[in-house]
Amino acid sequence: MAQITLKNLAHSYFPNPQSDKDYALKEMDHVWQDGGAYALLGSSGCGKTTLLNIISGLLRPSHGRVLFGDRDVTDAPTAERNIAQVFQFPVVYDTMSVRDNLAFPLRNRGMDAAYIKARVDQIAQMIGMEAWLSRKAQGLTADAKQKISLGRGMVREDVNAILFDEPLTVIDPHMKWELRTQLKQLHRQFGHTMIYVTHDQTEALTFADKVVVMYDGRVVQMGTPEELFETPAHTFVGYFIGSPGMNFLTADVQGNRATLPGGDVVGLGASYAPQSGRVQIGIRPEHATLVASGGLPFVIRRVEDVGRHRLLRGEVLGNALNVVIPEGMPVDGLPQVAFAPAKINVYADDWRVAPAQERAA
Amino acid sequence: MEKTQNNKAWFLVLPVLVIVAFSAVIPLMTVVNYAFNDTFGNNEFFWAGLEWFDEMVHSERLHEALGRQALFSAIILAIEVPLGIFVALNMPKKGFWSSVVLVLMALPLLIPFNVVGTIWQIFGRTDIGLLGHTLAAIGIDYNYTNDPLDAWITVVVMDVWHWTSLVALLCYAGLQSIPQAYYQAAKIDQASRWAVFRYIELPKMKGVLLIAVLLRFMDSFMIYTEPFVVTGGGPGNSTTFLSIDLVKMAVGQFDLGPAAAFSLMYFLVILLVSWVFYTVMTNLDRAQTSMGEGN
Amino acid sequence: MRIKSQAVVMALYLLFLMLPIYWLLNMSLKTNAEITGTFSLYPHEFTLRNYRVILTDPSWYMGYVNSIIYVVMNTVISIAVALPAAYAFSRYSFMGDKHLFFWLLTNRMSPPAVFALPFFQLYSSIGLFDTHIAVALAHCLFNVPLAVWILEGFMRGVPKEIDETAYIDGYSFPRFFVKIFMPLIASGIGVAAFFCFMFSWVELLLSRTLTSVNAKPIAATMTRTVSASGMDWGVLAAAGVLTIVPGALVIWFVRNYIAKGFALGRV
Repeated sequence: MAQITLKNLAHSYFPNPQSDKDYALKEMDHVWQDGGAYALLGSSGCGKTTLLNIISGLLRPSHGRVLFGDRDVTDAPTAERNIAQVFQFPVVYDTMSVRDNLAFPLRNRGMDAAYIKARVDQIAQMIGMEAWLSRKAQGLTADAKQKISLGRGMVREDVNAILFDEPLTVIDPHMKWELRTQLKQLHRQFGHTMIYVTHDQTEALTFADKVVVMYDGRVVQMGTPEELFETPAHTFVGYFIGSPGMNFLTADVQGNRATLPGGDVVGLGASYAPQSGRVQIGIRPEHATLVASGGLPFVIRRVEDVGRHRLLRGEVLGNALNVVIPEGMPVDGLPQVAFAPAKINVYADDWRVAPAQERAA
Repeated sequence: MEKTQNNKAWFLVLPVLVIVAFSAVIPLMTVVNYAFNDTFGNNEFFWAGLEWFDEMVHSERLHEALGRQALFSAIILAIEVPLGIFVALNMPKKGFWSSVVLVLMALPLLIPFNVVGTIWQIFGRTDIGLLGHTLAAIGIDYNYTNDPLDAWITVVVMDVWHWTSLVALLCYAGLQSIPQAYYQAAKIDQASRWAVFRYIELPKMKGVLLIAVLLRFMDSFMIYTEPFVVTGGGPGNSTTFLSIDLVKMAVGQFDLGPAAAFSLMYFLVILLVSWVFYTVMTNLDRAQTSMGEGN
Repeated sequence: MRIKSQAVVMALYLLFLMLPIYWLLNMSLKTNAEITGTFSLYPHEFTLRNYRVILTDPSWYMGYVNSIIYVVMNTVISIAVALPAAYAFSRYSFMGDKHLFFWLLTNRMSPPAVFALPFFQLYSSIGLFDTHIAVALAHCLFNVPLAVWILEGFMRGVPKEIDETAYIDGYSFPRFFVKIFMPLIASGIGVAAFFCFMFSWVELLLSRTLTSVNAKPIAATMTRTVSASGMDWGVLAAAGVLTIVPGALVIWFVRNYIAKGFALGRV
């Protein structure tokens, strides 16, 4: 096990990248803690898989270095890096029995037969496949196959990291929960560094201690699920995390006041230095509420009942805005919307601006 | 896919039925007619019963041809299948070169059979052929028109030249269907090259490989034109395979009765092989379909 | 390292494949004196005479025309009758479908030698001997089953919902088939046509048996002229080279689909 350091890492699939556009992965500097559970989250084409393949060594980065602990592995082939990977589609060796499948990585490394047997039994128990050990892998269901893939990733005790590339895509929804819970449990039990690629925020938020959000070849934020929710570092994070995503309104920010184009003023929870560029305020639908007066005029276009709360889709001063209100809260007679000042974030050119105090501290 | 029960579908099959019946059933009837009758010309036939069959079953000539045929098919399979797999494993997987290689490899398949024969007839000649001349120059006594062994070697090498690409292309198609993730997983699992072949590539090629074996078996079993052009069945009868013998008998000697009986037995063998082939194919399709559902 | 060894293997194999063809090409560009007199790896006295002979003498070039006529006829007939049949096999189950399918298959696998003589008699008796259509029909024996089989494989890959949607939208069957379905399986039709072309083009036994003068294929012209005019090696080689050209052209156009066609395993 090791800490993974990405040093000035960037990758382009073109031989001579000219502009930023040519990079599938823009320059980044990150340290992934040993034993952490990370989720790489982003929409398709944002560079998640590229980054994962660079870490696993299936792809050599065009710029920068990759370090496992203190060792520079940029040029080391996959086999030397001692990592495990679980793929989007279950990869099992069809003609082998389940037991042989699980034992395969150990046998290839010339482990002792008694050890292999003990280890395979242990893993089989963890993934709940003991009963199937002597069966051929061919003809098993997709989730059983994916469990075997998981087990094969887990079977080596000394792996530096286990990488998951959207491993639950082909699994039935009800099995997803079970497998994810199992993964989480396995992580606690063994403490491997785990990197989990997904485009599903629920998966990312429930699995990981730290979520790495990628957008357009860049890591835009690396933080706990709470941080992503409360203080998205980039408008994309605000928009991508949460359902529905954050509301954004263009505003002019002066001190602790944000003035909307129409002249209405929204109070902020902190004071900000004057900003240049495109300035927006961001507020989560969960942090907005309806009031009789003292807010902004709100026109409701549609009400969606989603179980324990209701989602109001409407407009404020010509901008689309979503509000989440508790079940049972009346809508009539509350024509305005108000925001919790402390929950408002300020963005300049899509990046979050830290308030003056926060910056001072 | 669930299929709908619909007997009107027969109308859609009708054109095929008519055309194949015309080109297969009627001629086959003629063969059957010959097989059970004797004739002195003028379209007068005498019932000969199973006489021709009896003659053919006990014909030394047929036994020899059959033996040669079986040996030939066995040698062909033993060379072409492993060689085809080996070539397929080494083919470039994508890009410009893969197109070039594909086209060049398919080229021998598109040469008329007798031209294949002509090419090798020339190529092997000691006076004007590159192969024959080179062999003679380095002191190897090679002459496919006199020496039965040389004739056999020439015919076998010609068939390998002609048809190995078919096996290779089939295997290549099987290899192409393996997702990249399998190779990546194998790298991560530190699988050896042999293990990758044994546990990933070979299982995925199993289906196409079966087809390749059956196709090569049947086609080599029916081979006629290529060896006929090169050796004319000789020297002696050493390269007279079943089809060559049959044509000699029917067209050369006009022994229609025995030839027809021969044809029918020949046909039955092929029918048997076809049945095996069909069963394998349908089972394979079913396995593929259920695999598809599994994913 | 690995890439290098792969390249070496492929280079050797392709060398093995190309050498005999090169030799033929080499010979076709030499004079007969050079062919028989000296042993040269490339033509020292480069000449196009052999090609000129073929392209100016009707008894030679008509062989190509004949071959192409019956090959094209056969391809068109095979695909035309195979399309509806393949659709029936891929979409419906009907009485005797499996037996029919099997029976079709056996025809693909029957030895042409068995059929040579009966074909000769059949086509002679109905006055079709030595016509293009006779050869085209005879080749249907193995090409129609092949086309049905390849097309059925491709059609199976088209979801049935597409048919149903089209019928709901008010398409008649023929209109649906031509306007919607055929474009969907265009690559399958291409692959099937390619293989029909190929097998009809390379076949000699039947086409030679069924023709004498008017529809004689180039391949047969080659065998006969060789024995008649002594050994005109140069012309023989040039004729051989010219028989390779149409196949090479066709295969270049369908190269991206070949692997797919083979993947179905239905060749």
